[in-house]
Order: sequence, then structure tokens, then C-alpha cells
Amino acid sequence: MTQTRPKFAWKGVIKRFEGRAVLDGLNLSVAQGRSLVIIGGSGQGKSVAIKTALGLLRPDAGQIELDGHSLVDLSQGQRRQLFSRVGVLFQGAALFDSLTVWENVAFRLINADGVPRKAAKDRAIEALDQVRLGPDVAHRFPSELSGGMQKRAGLARAVVGQPEILFFDEPTTGLDPITAMAINQLISDQVRRLGSTAISITHDLVSAQMIGDEIAMLHEGRIRWRGLARDLGQAEDPVVRRYADAARLGPVDLRSREIV
Amino acid sequence: MAAAKARRAPNRLRSNLVRPLGRSTLAAARRVGAVGVFGARATIAALSPPWFPGQIRRQFVAIGFFSLPVVGLTAIFTGAALALNIFTGGGRFNAEQVMPQIVALGITRELGPVLAALMLAGRVSAAIAAEIGAMRATEQIDAMHTLSTDPFSYLVGPRLLAGVLMLPLLTLVADTIGVAGGWLAATRVLDFSSAAYIRNTIDVLQGWDIVSGLIKAAVFGYIVALMGCYHGYTAKGGARGVGRATTRAVVSSAILIFASDYLLTTVFTQAS
Ligand SMILES: Nc1ncnc2c1ncn2[C@@H]1O[C@H](COP(=O)(O)OP(=O)(O)OP(=O)(O)O)[C@@H](O)[C@H]1O
Ligand SMILES: [Mg+2]
Repeated sequence: MTQTRPKFAWKGVIKRFEGRAVLDGLNLSVAQGRSLVIIGGSGQGKSVAIKTALGLLRPDAGQIELDGHSLVDLSQGQRRQLFSRVGVLFQGAALFDSLTVWENVAFRLINADGVPRKAAKDRAIEALDQVRLGPDVAHRFPSELSGGMQKRAGLARAVVGQPEILFFDEPTTGLDPITAMAINQLISDQVRRLGSTAISITHDLVSAQMIGDEIAMLHEGRIRWRGLARDLGQAEDPVVRRYADAARLGPVDLRSREIV
Repeated sequence: MAAAKARRAPNRLRSNLVRPLGRSTLAAARRVGAVGVFGARATIAALSPPWFPGQIRRQFVAIGFFSLPVVGLTAIFTGAALALNIFTGGGRFNAEQVMPQIVALGITRELGPVLAALMLAGRVSAAIAAEIGAMRATEQIDAMHTLSTDPFSYLVGPRLLAGVLMLPLLTLVADTIGVAGGWLAATRVLDFSSAAYIRNTIDVLQGWDIVSGLIKAAVFGYIVALMGCYHGYTAKGGARGVGRATTRAVVSSAILIFASDYLLTTVFTQAS
């Protein structure tokens, strides 16, 4: 069996907050052109995993690798340069509230890539259209949008430059089912049609199956289960089963330590 | 047992006193170091490309133009009050006639720059800390990194430039309005002749009086912008953290303004 070099990998990553290990030896990788979905309970460190991947949090131990090159010891300047190949959607969208929606989407094009404003605006409006936000929204400020609209604007900002690798922190949370479907479609398009590599976090298992080639479950700072998206239903691991079955099983005792 | 305890007591007392002292000294040293590193990075970012003209323009307007009313009002009242005070005080030793000269010197060399800077500390330093702190809290600064843009070049640099360049201009305005306030009080409340007041003012003022005040103002402008940026950028812990950052920005700006005012005045008075 030949092992191709992963596009992106966490290798033994440990991240502690005040002595508590949130990531406790995280090993996870994704191959070029594949879509990996990370699932896991609230507070299990999914967002922290993405932030260490991006160098926004420094791991206490371990390596982060892009195309086999370590990212941990890069200077901020080098990392920013590398980010021209990366698109990120933050869990809270993180739109710049002093800029209009289209200026947000075109931020990298204008401020880092030197694209003229007019051309950047056209591309921003096109990207907004892909997330079902019309041109009327483009001129509003983020504070004038609903949470779901902000999320979609953040998504447009992540994909506008057609980056090689994409990080999505809960792309469909808070969206109505129709828009959520459109977003799922957009993400799988990015991967299948444009060949990007995607790493997404989601709580929505339908969405996970739609956008993910593979699914990894993060539990207590490590990968508890990993497999093809279609195999999630057959997983035997009890923690994974409970997570996957939660909807079917109905109400559970929130105080129980068993819950992931 | 008891004896051993007693023998340890003075030791414990000493460490109880010394340890917190040492710890806070270390913390203070660390803070000064961190501000120094931040200031160096910020200065380099302000003076080297990439520049963001839109951001620079925006900060010039926000910091310079919109501070004009507060600075102007402060200056006119202070100038007028100063004139009345010096006139009455000076009357005790027959010095009331040199009041215009004292007002002019006091305002250009000291009160113009310091008052303008304090108003800016309250208005601008707080606003900068709140804005950048909120951006930190909502991950906008992280997002900016991932969009290949250096927050030091985009956020901090333009504010620093605006502080350093706009506060001297505001001080020039404060000087003019402050002297005008003195003139108003002298001619309306007291019985000074307008022509004499103006002649006395012009005769006494030398270029250096004004220029030294403007140099001070540039330094104060740097302090105000830097403290706002530093405390905002390093804010932690959501809305409460932003509130704390704002307070710290204002207090540290004000203290540094007074301290550097004294230092600069020492240097300037010895030089001339
Ligand atoms: N900056 C920080 N300082 C201290 N603790 C943090 C910080 N960021 C995250 N944590 C802690 O790390 C843990 C994991 O947080 P994280 O945001 O990664 O959870 P998550 O898996 O994304 O959860 P959710 O699904 O609710 O978004 C939490 O317990 C959180 O309290
Ligand atoms: Mg999260």
C-alpha cells in the first residue's frame, strides 16, 4: 500500500489552557483534494484544532504540516504569505464591522493581492451570489445582517480567492435547511470541481455526510474514530454511536458524565 | 515542633513581604518590555510598506478633525481662566501688565500641548482601545492574519501616524484659540486694550516657544495612539476585557503624557 503525503496534518499536537490539555496528542491528516469533516461534542477542542492549524494558537508540542513543511516555527510574515493559499471561515464569522459586506469579502483581494477595487468588487458580488446573498446585501454593514447571513458572508470571504485549502468552522450552523443545502453544495463543489482540500467542523451529521469524504471524531483531545463518511452509521465505537444516535434516542440526562 | 515553627516565622514574614514585591516588580518590567516590543513593531509598521492610504485617511479624520471641537473648547476656557487668574495673582506684585506674555508662554509651551493631548487621551486612546479590543474579542484580528494582512500595518500603523501628525496640528489650533481666550477675557472682563494685548503677545513669543510645544505634541500623539493600540490589541476576556483595556489606555496615556512632559521640558529648558 502506497502512502501519499498528506496535504495537511496535525502530528501529536498538544495544546493546554491553564494546564488542562484541550488537544492531547492530536494526529489527523487529510490528502490533497479530499474533504475531511471533524465532528465531536461541544467544547472538545474542534475550534482549537483549527486555530492551532492556522498558527493563531501555538501548540505546546507537536507539528503542523502543510505539504510536508512544518508551520509551527514560521514567522508571522511567512505564515501570512502562506495564507494566500488558505481560506478560513471562523465559527463567529469574524467579519470586519467597519467594512461593508463586499469589502469584507474582497479584503484579501484588495489589501494583499493588489486587485483593483472595481474588479475585486465584481468578484466579491459573484462570491456572495454563490452563498445566496444578493447585491443589495453587499453594501450593508455586518451589524445589519442576521447571524446566518453573517455566516454566509464569512463563507464567501473564505472561498473568494479559490484557495487550495479551506477551513470551515460550522458552516451551516444557524441556517435554514434550504440555505444549508446550498452551502453544503458550495463546499462539495469547491472540493470536487475546483480540487481544493477542505477541513470542516460541523454538528450536523447530514451535512457531514454530504460534504465529507471522511469523518473524524474528536473526543477528549484525540481522534476517537476516523473513517469514510458513509461508514459513520456502522461505527462500533460506543462514543461515536451515542453521538450519531443522539437524535434518534431523544432526550438524555445532561448531567450524565457519559455524554460526549 | 513549636520551636521550629517560631524559627521559621521571621523567614516567612520576609518572604511574605518580599515575594509580592518581587513579583510585581517583575510583572512591571515585563509590561514595560512588552510595550517596548509592541511600540517598535508598530513604529516599523507605520514607517514601512505596505501602507493603506484609505485607513490612514480615515484615522486622520477620526483623530484630527473630529477632535477639533473638544480641543477648541478646552483651549478657549483655559486661556480665559488663565488670563483672569494671572491678572489677579500678578496684581499682588504689580505684574498684571505682563499677563498677556505669561498667558502666551504658558499656553504655547505647556498648556496647549498638554491639554490637547489629555483630551485626545480621553477621546481617541479610549476609542482606539475599544475598537481594536472588540476586534480582538470577535476574532477579527485573527481573521485579518488569515487574509494575508498584517494588523500592525492595517490597524496600528495608521493610528500611530495620525496621532503623531495630527496632535501637533491640534496643538497649533489650541495655542491660537487659547491665546484668543486670554484676549477675550482681557478685553471684555478686564480693561486691556486689544492692540496692546496682541502686541505684547507677538513681542514675547519666539519661534521655539511654539515649536517646542509642537514637538511635545508629536510625542504625546505617539503615546496616545500607542497606548490605545497596545491595550486594545492585548485585550483578553470579551466585553469586560475591552472595558478594562479602555480604562488602562486612558490612564496610562495620561500618566505617560505628564511624565514625558516633565522630561521634555527639562531637556528643552536646559538646551535653550
Ligand atoms: N483562548 C482560550 N483560553 C482558554 N481556554 C480556551 C480558549 N479557547 C478554547 N478554550 C477551551 O478549550 C476547550 C475547547 O474549545 P473549542 O472552542 O475548541 O470547542 P469546540 O469543540 O469548538 O466546541 P463547539 O462545538 O461548542 O464550538 C473549551 O473547554 C474551551 O473552554
Ligand atoms: Mg467550536
